[in-house]
Amino acid sequence: MGIQQIIFLLVVLVTFRIAYKAYAAIYRNIRLGKDRVIEGSEAARWKNVFLIAFGQKKMFKRWIPAVLHGFIYVAFLFTQIELIEIIIDGLFGTHRFFLPFLGGLYTLLINSIEILTILALIGTVAFLARRNLLKVPRLVMSDMNGWPKIDGNLILIGELILIVGVMTMNGADVMLQKIDPTHYHDTGYLAVSSTLAPIFLDGWGQDALQVLERFGWWLHLFAVVGFILYLPLSKHLHIFLAFFNVYFTPIKSRGEMSNMPDIMGEVQSMMGITPEGEVPEMTDELPDFGANDVTNLSWKNILGAYSCTECGRCTSECPANATGKKLSPRKVMMSIRDRATEIGEKLDSGQTKYISKEKAGETVLTADNFDDGKSLFDYISQEEINACTTCNACVEACPIMINPLEPILELRRYEILTNSAGPADWMPMFNAVENSGSVWTIPDARDAWTADVEES
Amino acid sequence: MAAENMQPEILFWVGCAGSYDARAQRVTKALSTILQNVGIDFAILGTEESCTGDPARRAGNEFIFQMTANQNVQTMNMYGVKKIVTACPHCFNTIKNEYPALGGHYDVVHHTQLISTLIEEGRLTIEGGAYKGKKITYHDSCYLGRVNGEYEAPRKAIEALDGDLTELKRSRANGLCCGAGGAQMFKENEPGDKRINTERAEEVLASGAEIVAANCPFCITMISDGITAEEKQDEVMVFDISELIVNANNW
Repeated sequence: MGIQQIIFLLVVLVTFRIAYKAYAAIYRNIRLGKDRVIEGSEAARWKNVFLIAFGQKKMFKRWIPAVLHGFIYVAFLFTQIELIEIIIDGLFGTHRFFLPFLGGLYTLLINSIEILTILALIGTVAFLARRNLLKVPRLVMSDMNGWPKIDGNLILIGELILIVGVMTMNGADVMLQKIDPTHYHDTGYLAVSSTLAPIFLDGWGQDALQVLERFGWWLHLFAVVGFILYLPLSKHLHIFLAFFNVYFTPIKSRGEMSNMPDIMGEVQSMMGITPEGEVPEMTDELPDFGANDVTNLSWKNILGAYSCTECGRCTSECPANATGKKLSPRKVMMSIRDRATEIGEKLDSGQTKYISKEKAGETVLTADNFDDGKSLFDYISQEEINACTTCNACVEACPIMINPLEPILELRRYEILTNSAGPADWMPMFNAVENSGSVWTIPDARDAWTADVEES
Repeated sequence: MAAENMQPEILFWVGCAGSYDARAQRVTKALSTILQNVGIDFAILGTEESCTGDPARRAGNEFIFQMTANQNVQTMNMYGVKKIVTACPHCFNTIKNEYPALGGHYDVVHHTQLISTLIEEGRLTIEGGAYKGKKITYHDSCYLGRVNGEYEAPRKAIEALDGDLTELKRSRANGLCCGAGGAQMFKENEPGDKRINTERAEEVLASGAEIVAANCPFCITMISDGITAEEKQDEVMVFDISELIVNANNW
């Protein structure tokens, strides 16, 4: 076994070990949320996965970013085939393992990857420009200050490194094919490498080319390893979670807010209309209604938050945000993710100071006894959630079917039902509906308007 | 007209705005006029109708929603209501999508859907050319359009008026909210640069339309207020689609 194979194996094992822990933590953080039923048939949800996740259907509402993103996305999918070869070559010390099996097809495959890599390069440079030079509003708004902005650029720089790695590897390889064809098998004419390599690498000796080829190969590998380890810390996690988020998006009307069976049962029993056979459960303790933290949102809301790549289409379509209100649906999702991550990290710390006072007798910190004295309201203000018109523009805008409206409404429920807070202006409306069955308290009969009609 | 042992073809759900708001009452009357002229036998619940609970629920007050909504479901089930038409997209949405979970299952249509069907069936014809060639724009309400996916029916009704339908910059699935939904109608705005209805009114004015066709009592109030704030209320009028039809037919 060569030294390169040993290093490769070590790199893979260490990456796997660290990555497993990081991804397991994210899974745990998503499961901090409450259970919920995902409505809709499997078939309909798979259809969404094919059209919206794989097919990127909703991206095409905005053509320019859709095409640029499409370059990077398709290049990413194709490069996975090359990655499989890199793993085989790395483990077994082979070189371009698939070439003898695929022959002409291999030439076609590598050519496709090369052309897509150049398109991805165009996409990546354009995206860097959109973020840093053109300053596309949704990408530079105040939500994006600090880490999110750095994160966005780091991903694009990572992609550039990956592209440099692939092209260096192939470029040096085509030069070596001419010098040492027994070791460097003929890949056939490669659209990019065979054209550019002779220009840049003319006159390089075999040793230098071999070092360069290895440099490119390892750079590609380290870029991939870097991405695997970086993703759990980054918005870029969408490359995996978008598929899950689309699959788990319920198929139901946007117009239906989740019913609250506890309250329905209580109201129905108050009215003496409890459906037969159903006895409402009475609990001594009044439960918390709505959500003040990620632990009483549904796991689907948290999955959405980790799937969000902060593109800001939701916020740019939000009428409240467009007219200068503080509400930003993107920021709501980012806050849910940040809070879930915070809880996850504190749980990992195992510190007993995070055990809630009510359960002070317990000695091991768990999600069930966790209380750090904070809530999602430390991240999202009432001013933000109160500005929402529930117009569903954010829901419509998200290319991967994240629903920022659901958590906003759950926070409102907590504000009103559990905290008895909320805008004072709403009190007269609530009172009017409760006491006079109308949103306004008006002394006239509800059918007073008919008098005019009957006269005429 | 309260449903007294009758089994009318359809229940006209009037809603709070349609019952009490002076501007929306005109829409209620326009829709009644259409139904009467077409010869559709309809009933109203009158004093037995309550708010559907939409604004309370979206403000977060599930108790109030459940109280009023269960009351309505009880009443309608008692009368054996099967088909409902309403001129308010919020009532439409709540009865259609939220009442089934409370045991209320009805066939609900928004009045623009009914009007468009009646035109298609030839039961409703538009005679006068009052709007011929007039530049009409259409404002998609969130709860008819984006939430319930109905973009075509109201447009078909407008086309039947023979006017020149000019789309707003943000329309259909990208339609801009008027600012009233989610119980915003009942509270002061959160701090910001401008009101949402001003933003929408500016878009209406930019379209150069003389008439805004709407399908929601709250949108009508919001857009009218926005246009008035720009002092263009004499140049641009906001109407419900039912009112345009009644006017065109000189009913």
